[in-house]
Amino acid sequence: MTTVSIRVNGIATSRDVAPRTLLVHYLREELGLTGTHVGCDTSNCGACTVHLNGEAVKSCTVLAVQADGEDVTSIEGLRPAEGMEFHPVQQGFHECHGLQCGYCTPGMVMACAALLSENADPSETEIRTALEGNLCRCTGYQMIVDSVRWAAEHTPTA
Amino acid sequence: MSLVGAAVRRKEDPNLLVGRGRFVDDIVVPGAVFMMFVRSTEAHARIRSIDTSNAMGIQGVVGVFTAADFGDLAKIPGLPPELAPLHRSVLAVDTVRFVGDPLAVVVAEDRSIAEDAVEAVVVDYEPLPVLASIGASLAAMADPDGPRIYPDLATNALPIIPEAERDPAFDAAPHRVNQRFVNNRCSAVPIEALAIVADWGPSGLVVHASFQAPHHLRNQLALFFGIPQHECRVVAPDVGGGFGTKICFYPEWFLAPALSRLLGRPVRAAQTRSEGMVHMHHGRAQENDVEVAYDDDGKILGIRVHTYQDLGGYPDPTGLGLGVLTSWMSCGVYAIPLAQTAVTAVITNTTPVAAYRGAGRPEATFFVERMMDIVADRLGLDPAEIRFRNFIQPDQFPYAAATNPEAVFYDSGNYPAALDELKRIMGYEQLLAEQSARNADPSQPLMGIGLACWLEIAGFGPNGSLEGFGHLGSWESAQIRIQPDGTALISAGTSPHGQGNATAFAQIAGDELGIDFDRISVRFGDTETVQQGIGTMGSRAIAVGGDAVKNAAIQIRERAVQIAAHQLEAAPEDIEVANGVFSVRGTPARSVAWAEVATAAFQPLSLPEGMGAGTLDATVFNEVSNFSFPTGAYGCVVGVDRLTGEVGIERFIVVDDCGVVINPLLAEGQVHGGVAQGISQALYEHVQYSESGQPLTSTLVDYLVPAATDLPRFETGRVVTPTPVNSLGAKGIGESGAVGSPPAVINAVVDALSSFGVVHLDMPATPEKVWRAMNAPT
Repeated sequence: MTTVSIRVNGIATSRDVAPRTLLVHYLREELGLTGTHVGCDTSNCGACTVHLNGEAVKSCTVLAVQADGEDVTSIEGLRPAEGMEFHPVQQGFHECHGLQCGYCTPGMVMACAALLSENADPSETEIRTALEGNLCRCTGYQMIVDSVRWAAEHTPTA
Repeated sequence: MSLVGAAVRRKEDPNLLVGRGRFVDDIVVPGAVFMMFVRSTEAHARIRSIDTSNAMGIQGVVGVFTAADFGDLAKIPGLPPELAPLHRSVLAVDTVRFVGDPLAVVVAEDRSIAEDAVEAVVVDYEPLPVLASIGASLAAMADPDGPRIYPDLATNALPIIPEAERDPAFDAAPHRVNQRFVNNRCSAVPIEALAIVADWGPSGLVVHASFQAPHHLRNQLALFFGIPQHECRVVAPDVGGGFGTKICFYPEWFLAPALSRLLGRPVRAAQTRSEGMVHMHHGRAQENDVEVAYDDDGKILGIRVHTYQDLGGYPDPTGLGLGVLTSWMSCGVYAIPLAQTAVTAVITNTTPVAAYRGAGRPEATFFVERMMDIVADRLGLDPAEIRFRNFIQPDQFPYAAATNPEAVFYDSGNYPAALDELKRIMGYEQLLAEQSARNADPSQPLMGIGLACWLEIAGFGPNGSLEGFGHLGSWESAQIRIQPDGTALISAGTSPHGQGNATAFAQIAGDELGIDFDRISVRFGDTETVQQGIGTMGSRAIAVGGDAVKNAAIQIRERAVQIAAHQLEAAPEDIEVANGVFSVRGTPARSVAWAEVATAAFQPLSLPEGMGAGTLDATVFNEVSNFSFPTGAYGCVVGVDRLTGEVGIERFIVVDDCGVVINPLLAEGQVHGGVAQGISQALYEHVQYSESGQPLTSTLVDYLVPAATDLPRFETGRVVTPTPVNSLGAKGIGESGAVGSPPAVINAVVDALSSFGVVHLDMPATPEKVWRAMNAPT
């Protein structure tokens, strides 16, 4: 067992885990943060996407020990924007019907939020390219693209 | 303003958006152990021995079990008794029949220990001849001593609909054309794979499963274990996509409860994607020999089809039914006077095949719509023109299809209107002109235009339609109960997994009851809290379940109006309800709020004579008189790279007619998702096996589930022809996109390749396949 200390959604956490423990299992099984999902075992689907020091990563390809001492944000850590019920990306998904079964949604939302923090006004092509690593089987993606555009247009400027 | 027809935002979203959804693997049960299958690595073999000793030595392993430990368990239910030799056991007994076939199960303290233990089990196989395709399995039949996958059955093929004697009209027709179609095997790939938590305690069995029909599973689990239904609870919580594959019975649904009973601990399982790719039942996997007779004007005079349905290694009840649905739909939207269809189901050493979005109808649509183009091409007719010449006309409904005039009555439709609308949105004539210019310019990708006028059978269904698949009935149920504060709680027998039923049902009930959308909640998916139910599949949730909600709401409204009339001292026929208020028609000042009526409903002293407490509670078991037949016209424009053969979709236009739309946002979402799966079947997806039955596409690295970059933006239009078979006029839309889009894509690809003399390409139209078609020696 190895001790890892990870700041998750702004809270310091520490657990003794087997060295092979993946970050996604650390979040789900050690911390009970089950919003991050597992959809494959080959890092294709992106359902497990979280932010590691602000960057989108697939938490099934990161060992918990690799995140030792780092900052992780999961879907549970997104905060509502001023005057909105949710974070602008979540709000966009709600307004534009960007989710159906909702299983890919947390990973998809985290990937979209990371995109918008790098590029506040992405084109449709840029959005589709940025989401290439996140699979959705329900929507056909168009409404997800529209959701991201909605978020881009409604994100309060700092 | 009416809620029905409005693009209301979903009730389902908030929990799912913030990570507070509750999927099966999210459920924490104290003391649970994890189970994982040991799977066959051989496609067909006798099991000589299973050595579990190394696995048992791993710390944290609770047990390793084989079929011998479950000899007293029943077989997995669903198949008719006459197919007894084919009934599947929860673990393979003596023989494995496909790669991935579970032959032992490991139970451990957690999932990583279970994975280690699975690797440590040693299986000794005696290989048997492998029949990994329809062709191989049928070829083996030619030899009386050839291999049989079920020796007790003496055959690898089940005649589902025998071939009829050839009607002389075919040979008398001016023209005939034959074509063989291979409908590629697909995997549904819901992003949540199968998961279960089974907890068998002193007070009974509780199962949480990622499933589309919890009451169905409850009924069958109780029978399987011989326990009373009131001590057997099945919950389908949030379910991460289904697409038909989660309506099937899998070994873990029965084995996890058996292990929980045996071990006295909750047992959980959550398969990995690689397991899911070989374990979750596949779809399509059909071959169709089609012959069409036609005259000089392009009128189709008759169609003859022999469908071969790959069943995989263990027949699934829905798998057995797929070919029948294909047979029924073999005339599509056309007035074809003569249809002769036959279906043979073939057992092979592959993963079982069952329902996948469309389930039998995409296959029929594919060959019908390809054949229309093939005939048009032979006669030099425009593909739109030949369709107009053959359409069933709007005044011909109800229309008895020649495929089965006793069972298949098209309810309503306006097929010419849908194609007209498609042509208008496409700018069809302009596209044709653009195509001639582009295809003459070697610097540009080849351009192809494809049409598909599709039809599907939905709204399952009329009495008798689902019972054959093992369901208790074909009705759907809804209960509405008004709370004392005037809010409404709906319990629905459907079990959605993304369709947005909570939103749609609240819209339907809101309109009937005059209760605000936000004051209505909808519950599903739990046999303990929902009266009874059938489930969500077969494009039935709105057409049968939504109609149940409407009918229950009408009953509630009638009773509430009586209470309001009593309170307002008016005649019930003068009472109207809207926006949470009952008022006397013409004198709106005389009014009473819904909350007051609701409270009165629980206070007998406030009720009219003859009415008792709790009257605002209604349960409806809704039966429908017929299937509904959603339809539409889809258009596709492709560009084919002349050097690489890569197909790019430049435009995809959908005109749907699903009758009355409850929520255009939800309807469009269903169409987009279905079209995405259909385009993907046409261009990308293909479950493949080697000749020795080894799966070649068992991870998402090898099996292409499309990403956002692989799919176009969709242009949408709509025609509305209400169905007379339910009070909503809604036809169902869950499967439409997957039915209509594959032939639109392939018709466009073949059109682009017409200068190479290409008549047909089977799916998926991969760059290699298209390149070979362009470079075939002439």
